[in-house]
Amino acid sequence: MRSDLGKVRGLGSAKSGTEHFWMQRVTAIANVPLVIFLVWFIISHIGVTRMELIASVKHPLIAVGLLLAFASFLYHMRLGLQVVIEDYVHGSTKFAALLANTFFAVVLFATAAYAILKMSFGL
Amino acid sequence: MSGSKPKARPLSPHLQIYRPMLSMTMSIMHRITGVALAIGMIGLVWWLTAASISDGYFELVQGFISHWFGQLVLFGFTWALMHHMLGGLRHFIWDTGRGFELKTVEWLVRANLIGSVLLTLLIWVIAYGVRA
Repeated sequence: MRSDLGKVRGLGSAKSGTEHFWMQRVTAIANVPLVIFLVWFIISHIGVTRMELIASVKHPLIAVGLLLAFASFLYHMRLGLQVVIEDYVHGSTKFAALLANTFFAVVLFATAAYAILKMSFGL
Repeated sequence: MSGSKPKARPLSPHLQIYRPMLSMTMSIMHRITGVALAIGMIGLVWWLTAASISDGYFELVQGFISHWFGQLVLFGFTWALMHHMLGGLRHFIWDTGRGFELKTVEWLVRANLIGSVLLTLLIWVIAYGVRA
């Protein structure tokens, strides 16, 4: 039994439709060039001093690239860990674990973004 | 009803009943590498944060990374990253509805495994070449 409106909205019982599936793919596609960028960035900064690293992050393309990388990686991470939690954790612990998962991703992103912006703006 | 033991009902076969196969192992490896990468993200953020704080803190993290144990962790992280990335590309092929023939599946998982090892070695050869 589904109402016509429910069918049109297509959000299903979880009320989020295919958003999880779709964003998992969108971030996965974004992650491919961003991983290549990050690997290149790390390799080209092996053995540099802190000041040399900061000088690189001052470049807007590097700073924006790093911000995009962490945003996409951590969004993807949150979706993936959510599936793992939903598979293995049940009951009220599941709710706590899902909440902790979201906080984990957001805290990591805020920390990374703060570090990148601080180095880039040189404050 | 009360007092009587519940009858042992037949259960559907679970994982241990099947012969372990490469595609099955690679499926669980995709999940394991994903979780490992999540832990690795803490390390990446730690590295950037240290760089943004002070010379002393940055040197502490760099010291850990250049230690043999840090290098081992970083090597494992590189492999997990390459494995998960190639695994993701394999899933994209399957998302288009292609590559489900048994032979193709076998070929894809083998390419995934060999490719991840080769890419990891390539990255580390370049990394050590840059340092030398």
